[in-house]
Amino acid sequence: MSRRKFDEMSDYDSSRDRKRRRTDAVEIEDRLESLIIRVGEKSTSSLESNLEGLASVLEADINNYKSKILKILSDCAVTMPEKTTIYTTLVGLLNAKNYNFGGEFVDMMAKKLKEALKACMWRTARYVLRFFSDMVNCHVISTNSLLQLLHTLLDTARDDNSPQVRSDAYVYAVLSCLPWVGRELYEKKEQDLERLLKHIEIYIRKRTRKHVPGLRVWRSDRPHPQEEYLDCLWAQICKLRADMWQEKHIARPYVAFDSILCEALQHNIPPLTVPPHHPDNTYTFPWVVFRLFDYTDCPEGPVLPGAHSIERYLIEEHLHNILREHHTERKQCAAVLLDFPLKHKIPLEYMIVEVVLAELFHLPTPKYLEICFGSLLIELCKLQPATMPQVLAQAVELLYDRIDTMNVCCHDRFVSWFSYHLSNFQFKWSWDDWLDAAQLDPMHPRAKFIIEVLQRSMRLSYHQRIAEVVPEQFDCFVPAKPEHIFKYGAETAPEMEGGEVAQRLEACIRAKGNPTEVLQILRELPNPLRDGTEDEPSFNPLQVQIFTQVLLHLGSKSFSHSFAGITKFLKTSQNSCHPQLFEVLVGPNEEAQMVLLREMYEVWAKHQQMLVMLTDKLLRSHIASCATVANWIFSKEMQHDFTRSYIWEILHGTIRKMNKHVARLQKEVNEARERHSGRDSDDSSSDEEDSRPRPTEEEIERMEEKLEAVQADQKNLFLIIFQRFIMILSEHLVRCDTDGRDFNTHWYRWTIGRLQEIFMLHNTQVERYSQTLSTLLFTQDLDPHILDAFNQFVALRS
Amino acid sequence: MTSSVALSSYRDQHFRGSRHLQERKLLNSTTLYVGNVSFYTTEEQLYELFNRAGDVKRIVMGLDKQRKTPCGFIFVEYFCRDDAESCMRYINGTRLDDRIIRCDWDAGFVEGRQYGRGKTGGQVRDEYRTDYDPGRGGYGKIVQQKTILPQSL
Repeated sequence: MSRRKFDEMSDYDSSRDRKRRRTDAVEIEDRLESLIIRVGEKSTSSLESNLEGLASVLEADINNYKSKILKILSDCAVTMPEKTTIYTTLVGLLNAKNYNFGGEFVDMMAKKLKEALKACMWRTARYVLRFFSDMVNCHVISTNSLLQLLHTLLDTARDDNSPQVRSDAYVYAVLSCLPWVGRELYEKKEQDLERLLKHIEIYIRKRTRKHVPGLRVWRSDRPHPQEEYLDCLWAQICKLRADMWQEKHIARPYVAFDSILCEALQHNIPPLTVPPHHPDNTYTFPWVVFRLFDYTDCPEGPVLPGAHSIERYLIEEHLHNILREHHTERKQCAAVLLDFPLKHKIPLEYMIVEVVLAELFHLPTPKYLEICFGSLLIELCKLQPATMPQVLAQAVELLYDRIDTMNVCCHDRFVSWFSYHLSNFQFKWSWDDWLDAAQLDPMHPRAKFIIEVLQRSMRLSYHQRIAEVVPEQFDCFVPAKPEHIFKYGAETAPEMEGGEVAQRLEACIRAKGNPTEVLQILRELPNPLRDGTEDEPSFNPLQVQIFTQVLLHLGSKSFSHSFAGITKFLKTSQNSCHPQLFEVLVGPNEEAQMVLLREMYEVWAKHQQMLVMLTDKLLRSHIASCATVANWIFSKEMQHDFTRSYIWEILHGTIRKMNKHVARLQKEVNEARERHSGRDSDDSSSDEEDSRPRPTEEEIERMEEKLEAVQADQKNLFLIIFQRFIMILSEHLVRCDTDGRDFNTHWYRWTIGRLQEIFMLHNTQVERYSQTLSTLLFTQDLDPHILDAFNQFVALRS
Repeated sequence: MTSSVALSSYRDQHFRGSRHLQERKLLNSTTLYVGNVSFYTTEEQLYELFNRAGDVKRIVMGLDKQRKTPCGFIFVEYFCRDDAESCMRYINGTRLDDRIIRCDWDAGFVEGRQYGRGKTGGQVRDEYRTDYDPGRGGYGKIVQQKTILPQSL
């Protein structure tokens, strides 16, 4: 402060001094920012004295740094929701000293709310609303003005022309601010509060819940009901209301300053018009609250807050926010989680595990990579070795107990996570606790869980390790040794048709024969498709079979060997003078591609991972098309493995490749259009792009044509997949009906679950073709069980 | 706390180019070096783990220059930078084959870099270490040569 005065007094007005004043100003702004951002953190002084001190400092600087302070405070209000009450207290103290400042702050927050609603930033809007509510507690805003705002937001619930997810967003925002201001409203405006709640209750009752079955982790409500998120929060608010709005969780520093704050004059929130629904608007997907533990699962000590207590809601929200903020740095994330404020009042490890698993199993898709959660849990075990591993083990036991009704997507994720987790702990587990599974049908969810866990565990280690680590009762679950089967080995080849040719082919390729020589040998084979007429068959299946068998046999040592073998016969600049063998033997002919895939399966049926890797390679090399792979998955030959996870690994990988391809081309078209119109790009690589020649209209048209063609392929892929699902499911339902059997077999559960999985994992892309799907495939005459999967998907956005 | 995707202080001394170029390549790289791998870890295990961070473009196993057998390091290349960053965030410092593996940014695989640079063909660190590590050929090479104990291969 004194340095500033010296500058002002000095009549030395050189640019150097101006610069020094500017850097001084920047320094001061930075210091203010730091002070504001860090208020409430661990300190030697009490929070109250820190707030008092900070309020004085800010008040002194308000004249010179007002807009900066306003901006920092409004940003903090939104980015640090767990410190809401700290910042509202600060604003309250400033408002008490400077009425105009309070008014400007309220205006700024109102603007923030409006922008957030327009931009569909629902979380930001919710935090602004919460901040407004708490500002009532600090006498910055009048209760009437807040109630008016809440009513305005709730009016969206009357709008029948917009999707339910829109009014849900508003109602959820209103409900989630009541823990802060409920008590105050109850004391001062009880009737208005009751009226507000009545409106909400009517809305809650009339909402549809079509989306719920597809979003539940478990089909069953035993032992813990899996509630839809809005229903759950409503129940929690009702309980809070029954408790006279007394809640014990939120820290309220403004209580200590009541004598100062109640002297302040209050502001009104400027009236808000809610932006109307627009078809381009995106709304948050609904979700189902994940409940794994209840208080009986936790040992002696702090009690787990009940499912309908508001504390449970507040703590879980805070834990989810910690994950959102720190998930990219797992060490920090684990540390912050374990340093949770008020951690001694709750069974912290249980709540952390439940929240992390909730995110892992979240439907339709988890927010982050599965391995993000896996590595975080490992980090938590490292930091709390005395408690965390046991809680996790308990969680796994409970998950296994309830696995019978677990959603198929979640079952897969459970398998994937658990095998990864075990691989970090030497695969040590109390397998003996699960021996009952050995008596079950291998398609039973429990048996399947163990089968798939052992398969994935083997992939992360090796066969012998897994065979030795499990009890002998699980020998039936241990995967087959991942070896290949070669039809044309020295002993078997002589009896096979073309066996002799196969052996010569093997010798030729081993001796590094070129594609021309290889083709020459293959041409010796007869064509079983030749039917004696003049017509030339479109391909020779025997050639494809033998070439595939020999090539894969020669590359059987490792993935790299197989990939190299395949690459050798693709078109490259080195061998362009030779025929491109895959092109010649297979080409775009779908039947030929099917023969190739079937033969690949014959060779590697016992090595699921190899099948996944090879299919990936064939797709990337454009030897097989996505459509063919989809048809192959649903073909008769693959029925035996149809419910095995690796099949779906292949199919989802195929769909993802197609999606990535479309996205890549879309991005190229967008970038080309921008460069063409000469608009500046904010891209950091814009320097390099500007040096390239501007794309012509013609080039862009060609790119757009290519994009359209690939989008047609994508649509076709989804149509094929959904059509095949409908066919096999309908067939099953009809057959069971005729035979008088119960259709609800294991196979049926897995298959309908896999259909739902397609909708869930690829919901953004499927959305694009929703209309076509409802007109062509998912029509009203379809069996309701199958149609339900489609309707649940549609309900995510309606 | 330093970011898990930050560059380490290691710089490959055999890199051809300026320090500045090397740093730029590291900052944009989609390739990672992975160390402390067991000699017995297979390609299959590597793909299974590293595919969890994103689609792996290729894996190159580090080889003993003389024996052409795995000598405990690998290069993983992803298709995009984001996936490589996920690997640094979520796989670096976790276990593979019961060993804590360490990932670090690499300027990019070039033919020849798959070989160990130690005098006896493996990695330099296996020349000098004095501990017994069954996953990495037992004792360090210099210790092996000095002792009369039969070498365990």
